Amino acid sequence: MKTIILRTASDYLLPLLLLFSIFILLRGHYLPGGGFVGGLIASIAFVLHAFANGLENTKTLLRLHPGYLMPLGLLVAALAGLSPIFIENLPFMTGIWFQEPLPVIGMIGSALFFDIGVYLVVIGVSLTIIFTITESA
Amino acid sequence: MLLTLYKLMLIAILTGFLFSILLVVAGKYLKGKLAILSALVPLGLFVYFLQFSKRIANGEIISQTYEWVPSLGVNLGFTLDGISLIFTLMITGIGFLVFVYTAAYLKGHEYLDRFYGYLGIFMAAMLGVVLSDNIISLFVFWELTSISSFFLIGFNNKEEASRKSAILALAITGTGGLLLLAGVLILGNVAGTYSIAEMLSSKEVIADSAHYILIVLLIFGAAFTKSAQFPFHFWLPGAMKAPTPVSTYLHSATMVKAGVYLLMRFTPVLGSTELWNSTLIIVGATTMVYAAIHTIFRTDLKGILAYSTISALGILVFLIGLGTQDALLAACVFILVHALYKATLFLVTGIIDHETGTRDITALSGLRKVLLPVAIAGVLAAISNAGIPPSFGFLGKDLIYEATLHFGSSALILTVLAIVTNILLLYAGFLAGIKPFTGKLPAAFEKVHLPSFLMWLPPLILATLGIVIGVFPSIIQGALIQPAVTALGESGNEVQLKLWHGFNLILALSATTIGVGALLYFILKPSQKLEKGIAKLEFIAPQTIVEKFGVGFGKFSRFTTGIIQNGYLRYYVSVIILFLVLLTGYTLIQNTKYVIDYDSFSALTVYEVLTVLVMIVGILFTVFTKSRLAAVAAMGVVGLAISLIFVYYSAPDLAMTQFSIDTLTVILFVLVLYRLPKYLNFSDYKVRIKDGVLSLVFGALITVLALEVLSEPQGSQITDYYAENAYILAKGKNVVNVILVDFRGIDTFMEIAVLTIAAIGVFSLLKLRLTSKNRR
Repeated sequence: MKTIILRTASDYLLPLLLLFSIFILLRGHYLPGGGFVGGLIASIAFVLHAFANGLENTKTLLRLHPGYLMPLGLLVAALAGLSPIFIENLPFMTGIWFQEPLPVIGMIGSALFFDIGVYLVVIGVSLTIIFTITESA
Repeated sequence: MLLTLYKLMLIAILTGFLFSILLVVAGKYLKGKLAILSALVPLGLFVYFLQFSKRIANGEIISQTYEWVPSLGVNLGFTLDGISLIFTLMITGIGFLVFVYTAAYLKGHEYLDRFYGYLGIFMAAMLGVVLSDNIISLFVFWELTSISSFFLIGFNNKEEASRKSAILALAITGTGGLLLLAGVLILGNVAGTYSIAEMLSSKEVIADSAHYILIVLLIFGAAFTKSAQFPFHFWLPGAMKAPTPVSTYLHSATMVKAGVYLLMRFTPVLGSTELWNSTLIIVGATTMVYAAIHTIFRTDLKGILAYSTISALGILVFLIGLGTQDALLAACVFILVHALYKATLFLVTGIIDHETGTRDITALSGLRKVLLPVAIAGVLAAISNAGIPPSFGFLGKDLIYEATLHFGSSALILTVLAIVTNILLLYAGFLAGIKPFTGKLPAAFEKVHLPSFLMWLPPLILATLGIVIGVFPSIIQGALIQPAVTALGESGNEVQLKLWHGFNLILALSATTIGVGALLYFILKPSQKLEKGIAKLEFIAPQTIVEKFGVGFGKFSRFTTGIIQNGYLRYYVSVIILFLVLLTGYTLIQNTKYVIDYDSFSALTVYEVLTVLVMIVGILFTVFTKSRLAAVAAMGVVGLAISLIFVYYSAPDLAMTQFSIDTLTVILFVLVLYRLPKYLNFSDYKVRIKDGVLSLVFGALITVLALEVLSEPQGSQITDYYAENAYILAKGKNVVNVILVDFRGIDTFMEIAVLTIAAIGVFSLLKLRLTSKNRR
């Protein structure tokens, strides 16, 4: 499947799709989207890149094995859940928010970081599974 | 701050665990000459518990409660009363001596730090058992003793016999632990509390409840397995494969006494009924006589001690079963008597084994010439064991006879059983404590030298204590025995421990016991012949039966595993779906009215009809195509059609997710299929028809389910709550996302954790296969 068209296209599609996935992740709180779908879209972006350029090239591009994203994401989600305990002495998983919305992104709160954790785990899980199967099949 | 910490019993219990954790990092420093320092842990705890003795003697009961899982009514409540004090002092006191002894016994051992780690956990767990007021935490500590003892018994894990007996011990005591869990849960439900102290006031409620018999039997199961009562006794002789310090600690003072402790603890709550008393008397009497007879047939010193320990435990259960004040007093005293002399004998045996390299009683003699302090300890322990005045054992035996003699109609037979047991125990004690040291020293042992004082001092201290307390029983009378008897629910008469009661029947019985026992020792010599004789009867021994049951169970498991877990993914899927269909279908047939409310359906649109048509074509193509790749692509079409349906019914989140998931699924399938060979053979028609029928039935089931859900009145409260509060409470307008990341955030967290585990599973399965392939 290594056609020149797909390869050239994937070079431009990868950053676009990744941006799109982050867009989906961030809008999740108000409109359809969220960490789970965002993570899936980001994985699809990388899988497309791997199809076009070969798995080795995608791995070099990623530098780290995607498996590392799983513990990282879990950690981010857990810290987001724990943050109300440390910051405002509220129970586990209480949503806490910054007072002022940020430009472009909007309101920032612990739920967003939790969603970022989900996003990272989903990328890690799907890429790990797909990469592993690709290598071994 | 320091003072409040000092008062915390929780810290005292946790010390052992903390010590073990410390060894993980500091282990290598504590392996060499510093090993002796670890004995400071039990010593400190001993002193800590000793300082309570005055308050306990004044009738105080010290309890501390920490909230653990308050929503389930499970608190960490610790109570120190008379019974607990006896046990804590034994656990920490003998623990201290065992720690000291180990420093010399396993000197230079590669894994000495691990050994201390296991011992520390075990000690802490035992303290937890005897101090817990809450029966759930008691159960947790009880299980911890089983688990840590598994590591201790199997410490010499390079020997198969050692591993086998460790597993056997874990299997037996672990089964007991499960029974205990069931027992305490039912008991807690009936009593309405998990606190033993609070149960005391609802004794009648428990005794009258329909579950009383079940509770008692479950508690008995736990106690009998732990305390090695017939027919569960056989794990204990097996556990002698452990290094001697372990045997000493587990079998004289701690592990096996936990069952006795449990019975004592529940005596005020469950006791004084026909079922309780008779069962304990029968089981205890059977065990004590059966095990005592067995000692005659052993030539291994530790084997002799193992069976005499079982017999002593039988005596304790028997006494608790008698349940009179005399009997409970005798039990409290005998626990201490037994701990002192049995620990001594075990330690002495350990030294003999360590220095001569054998534990064969027929080969050992004359060792007093080379191991004098050890010989003194052994003889003193044998005296206490025999109940010769003025030892502590004499007091203990007197109390036992007093208890049996005053037990109404069956006094005669009970006394006779007690006498027979005591005679045989005396014989066993003489064999272990006196026989190795008398007579001529064989040439082979002339070069034996006295080990470090770290080894011979502990048994000497214990043996001396056994005599000193006998002469001055007032040392323990007020501080230990009286509060313990009170805690057992017998607060009537004041306890008086005296060595001399004047000439009476009990003294005569004592004298008979000693006389006949000593005679037996001189007449009966242990020999291999006797041991071989009993080996012929092994086929009816409980151990053989249990082992056969274990083998049979293993075969049965392999058989069923072969059928259910046959390695074909397609069968797994079929079995799972079949089960789901049968179970759900059964419930549906039982409870469904099959009324379809056509009015509630929305009108069909052209897009929907078209989408469904696409789906149907996709399905038909998937089923009938000759190419795998085409089948996968067709499946993808079906998935995309479904996400279209989601869009029509205004569920954009679902549609997006379905779309991405489907894309990835198709990619995954293609990746796998890409490497597979072309169709080699189709599944034959029979299989296809079977699979087809199953799929159709499953689809029908889901359809019926969906219709049923529609006809049920909707749980609109929940929907409304989320819709109303999504923005107010969580500042989000997308309700689905707010539910995922906020309202049900913990669920999501669990789900991503599960995803991670699945990915790690895939990764390790495939990668491990890769490396093993490379190796070839």
